[in-house]
Amino acid sequence: MKLFKDIGQFMIMLKGMFAKPENGRMYWREFMHQCAEIGIGSLGIVAIISVFIGAVSTIQTAYQLVSPLIPLTTIAQIVRDTVILEFAPTLVCIVLAGVAGSRIASELGNMRVSEQIDALEIMGINSKAYLILPKIVAALIMIPLLVIIAMVLGIWGGRLAGTMAGIIPANIYDKGLVELFVPYNVYFALTKSYVFAFIISGIPAYFGYYVRGGALEIGRASTKAVVVSCVLILFADYVLSALLL
Amino acid sequence: MIEVKNIQKSFNGKAIIEDVNAVMKAGQCNLIIGASGSGKTVLMKCMVGLFQPEAGDILYDGTSFTEMNDEQRTEIRKEIGMLFQGSALFDSLNVEENILFPLNMFSSDSIARKKERVNEVLERVNLPGVNKKYPAELSGGMKKRVALARAIVLNPKYLFCDEPNSGLDPQTSLVIDKLIRDITVEYNMTTVINTHDMNSVMEIGHYILYMYQGHKEWEGSNKDIIFSKNQRLNDFIFASDFLKDAKDMRMLEQRGKIDPDRNMDDLLK
Repeated sequence: MKLFKDIGQFMIMLKGMFAKPENGRMYWREFMHQCAEIGIGSLGIVAIISVFIGAVSTIQTAYQLVSPLIPLTTIAQIVRDTVILEFAPTLVCIVLAGVAGSRIASELGNMRVSEQIDALEIMGINSKAYLILPKIVAALIMIPLLVIIAMVLGIWGGRLAGTMAGIIPANIYDKGLVELFVPYNVYFALTKSYVFAFIISGIPAYFGYYVRGGALEIGRASTKAVVVSCVLILFADYVLSALLL
Repeated sequence: MIEVKNIQKSFNGKAIIEDVNAVMKAGQCNLIIGASGSGKTVLMKCMVGLFQPEAGDILYDGTSFTEMNDEQRTEIRKEIGMLFQGSALFDSLNVEENILFPLNMFSSDSIARKKERVNEVLERVNLPGVNKKYPAELSGGMKKRVALARAIVLNPKYLFCDEPNSGLDPQTSLVIDKLIRDITVEYNMTTVINTHDMNSVMEIGHYILYMYQGHKEWEGSNKDIIFSKNQRLNDFIFASDFLKDAKDMRMLEQRGKIDPDRNMDDLLK
């Protein structure tokens, strides 16, 4: 029953976001602020994770490919495809659910508890449109960009680790990257990243916006937002893979 | 003028406000008083539209607020200022940006004019020169005054204050009370104050609505309250022996039984 209530309230929240802005410039400023928070604010952790994931993938793939009959270029192909198909969109988005999602939930929760959202409503400002819509739109733009950066850095990290450990020469790795490349994989990864971006921004916004109580409830809402977002990301990952691959 | 007509509100089947009526006039401080849980905050939130009452009506200068659609409510809310109990300043913005916020949202004035207006209202609440400070750097009283400045920056017709003195020392409370009263008279606003501060009741209570367990128990002015025979009101207002004595003294003064200009030093001898 609670699930249906949450789904209904989430839909009402989404519907409430779409209203004529009181002042377009203020909304634009808020949108740019959110782009910086979600995009630039998460860039460091995304870069670190991506490079190491690529590096570990190269080393572990090489470790498992023991047959001399398999060409070394296969390592680059496997790293490329796993990074593009799974690691960059899914793993990075799970990390972003923790970084950006908890920030969104706690920011809105704090605003709710300290009556700042009520203050916006009293001023005649649609708080859903002003606070939630820019976050979701910013996430839909910045998260796919972060995923693209993660793909590039992941593959580069694999190349770096492969050459530094003497597993695969750089020219062989580069040759492997372009062999049997399927552009559809990138399209699939970006489709996933759009869906995940909506989950990462919408779910924490819901839990933060409707929080009731005090500081303890803000913490709980933030944790719940991250857990639900992660579960939904994994579920959506499965559904999209089943449907699109 | 704000008219409250037969307002009813309940939560989870429990009635919180039952059939409350009141007329709150412009240019005066209208106080809603009552013990914690008596329904005064719920009544105020119904008045500003944060809660939807189940029955009854709120009239803003004769226009029904409960029957307005979202767009009409948005319009009238531009004429409402509200001072929240916890000030509700935006933490990430400094004082100037907080006060500029409603101006940036709704005013088409130039940036220079807007900043001039910010300085005007900061002067009005006796807080010049704090423009670049953040809410975390301000004391409780200063936060309330900044919130009051933000509430009046668009020259609202209606001002709502939810427990403006909570958490403040008596002297600062008096400063805030006088500021609200002066601004109310100066701008001819309809001010509604939710309080259980007895100093406020006596100092600025032009009209007082006493709520008891969700219904209107008594209404009158700060002059009437001294002579009220309503036992519940007297128990609430004059809760301590000291205040009871003070009330008796004031009654005797008002009836001319004792000289209001008496020299206390002589009495102490």
